[in-house]
Amino acid sequence: MDFFIQLSVAGLVIGSVYAMIALGFVLIYKSSSVINFAQGELLLIGAFLCLWLTVDMGIPFLMSFAITLVLALGLGFAIERLFLRPMIGEPILSVIMLTIGLSIMLRGISIIIWGTDTRTFPEVFSSEPVKIGSINIPEVYLWSLLLSMIFLVAFSLFFKKTRLGIAMRATADDQTAALSMGISVKRIFALSWAIAAIVASVGGILLGNINGINISLTQFGLKVFPVVILGGLDSIPGAIVAGLMIGLLESYSGGYLDPLIGSGIKEVMPFVILMIVLMIKPYGLFGQERIERV
Amino acid sequence: MLKLNNIEVIYNEVILVLKGISLEVPPGKIISLLGANGAGKTTTLKAISGLLKEENGEVVDGTIEFEGREIHKQPAEAIVANGIFQVMEGRRVFVHLTVEENLRAGAFTRKDKGNIRSDIEKVYGYFPRLQDLQHRISGYLSGGEQQMLAIGRALMARPRVMLLDEPSLGLAPLLVQEIFNIIRKINQEEGVSILLVEQNAMAALNIATFGYIMENGRIVMDGPAEQLRENPDVKEFYLGLTEFGDQKGFRNIKHYKRRKRWLS
Repeated sequence: MDFFIQLSVAGLVIGSVYAMIALGFVLIYKSSSVINFAQGELLLIGAFLCLWLTVDMGIPFLMSFAITLVLALGLGFAIERLFLRPMIGEPILSVIMLTIGLSIMLRGISIIIWGTDTRTFPEVFSSEPVKIGSINIPEVYLWSLLLSMIFLVAFSLFFKKTRLGIAMRATADDQTAALSMGISVKRIFALSWAIAAIVASVGGILLGNINGINISLTQFGLKVFPVVILGGLDSIPGAIVAGLMIGLLESYSGGYLDPLIGSGIKEVMPFVILMIVLMIKPYGLFGQERIERV
Repeated sequence: MLKLNNIEVIYNEVILVLKGISLEVPPGKIISLLGANGAGKTTTLKAISGLLKEENGEVVDGTIEFEGREIHKQPAEAIVANGIFQVMEGRRVFVHLTVEENLRAGAFTRKDKGNIRSDIEKVYGYFPRLQDLQHRISGYLSGGEQQMLAIGRALMARPRVMLLDEPSLGLAPLLVQEIFNIIRKINQEEGVSILLVEQNAMAALNIATFGYIMENGRIVMDGPAEQLRENPDVKEFYLGLTEFGDQKGFRNIKHYKRRKRWLS
């Protein structure tokens, strides 16, 4: 039983990070139908920026966390302005190819600046695990869970309640109609890239605190695909629920199946799910089926 | 108030669709713009609201003036903020948003946030049906309800000119009557000027004070609404009535020889 709870906690932590990364991905897809292959690189750069501010600049962690979010906001706006804006009106496939190019470029840049070695954050959270009942949970896990929950709730409220959030969802529904409301569609695209960069950075920083940072962090960008396919490409609640589910699934299969089948099943499992979901429920669990009145 | 002077519009830099359109919308009046399919009515509206640029269209000649300022070079969002709001053809509600969220989206350009709540109530006053449906996902509304929502959403922007593109499209005759009555009421109570594009010429001429008739990208006839209603050519070609007031049928098909006089 203890083992099960341990796995569940670890799964929820990783899952909530997946949920955040997926949230950014879904946002971009929803508002502009662009599939962003550079999500993992945004995560890497966010993590490295925070590390650089904390270690090399000697800024306290919380401060550098906040500064990183601001920098990520700027990065998102800059990417949209420099690369995506000129592509408006071009075929969507070209834009998707562009994000692949973008991902390779961003990865290259971060290798040039920060190298390929694994680097770790200084001890931000105490390494003494928190005891709850009979199980030990690393403190960093609890903080990650808390922080990502805060971000997820905040963004859900943002989309439901605020003027900009409603405008973003309206744009996702019907761009021309949104434009006729006086909503600047270009600014909505920019905003969605900025938010994607921010949530990816938060995810990257949390993962960096758990495992350290190196270039392989970008593979979390790929993990986002099983999550969003399961949740539905265009569903924000779907991204959150599916993120947690995939995290748990990975954790359980790592814990129970790895000893039986041999290691690595943990990495494969999400993609097995991806295939199954595509075969039986292509819109995902929460994806919007096209509403068509007959 | 709103004035089009001899505008020409081309699509994709080659196709000339509007060949010198001039019309005027005076304050507080309902003006209707009639014509067959492909005459350029929707293009005219899009030229005014700035949505043309999204479709690779461009005003290449002439001017569009709103309260003395030229607006045809402005982006669509600036034109909405200035007080011109187009209700697009086919309703175009945001299908995955609730009714109330749709109304809030309509108020996007508003600066006075405090009054939005009371304006939502006002829209519910015009369309009591929407109040019952306020938390419903609008994609599941009926066609008439969606049209009400589209007009209500336009009201939320507090426009001074509303451009209505075929509000009767796909609606039952009784519902058309209801929608048109509300349009007239909105015009009178809010003082909004309305430029109404319609296929349903009879309904449109009944609530308008002045009408323009378009054909092939030109305005071929204009005049006060009652005059147009009485005009024999308009009666025959747009209202579907013969000289005897009969419904037109295949029996008197020899009328095909009759030319529209303004075309020759």
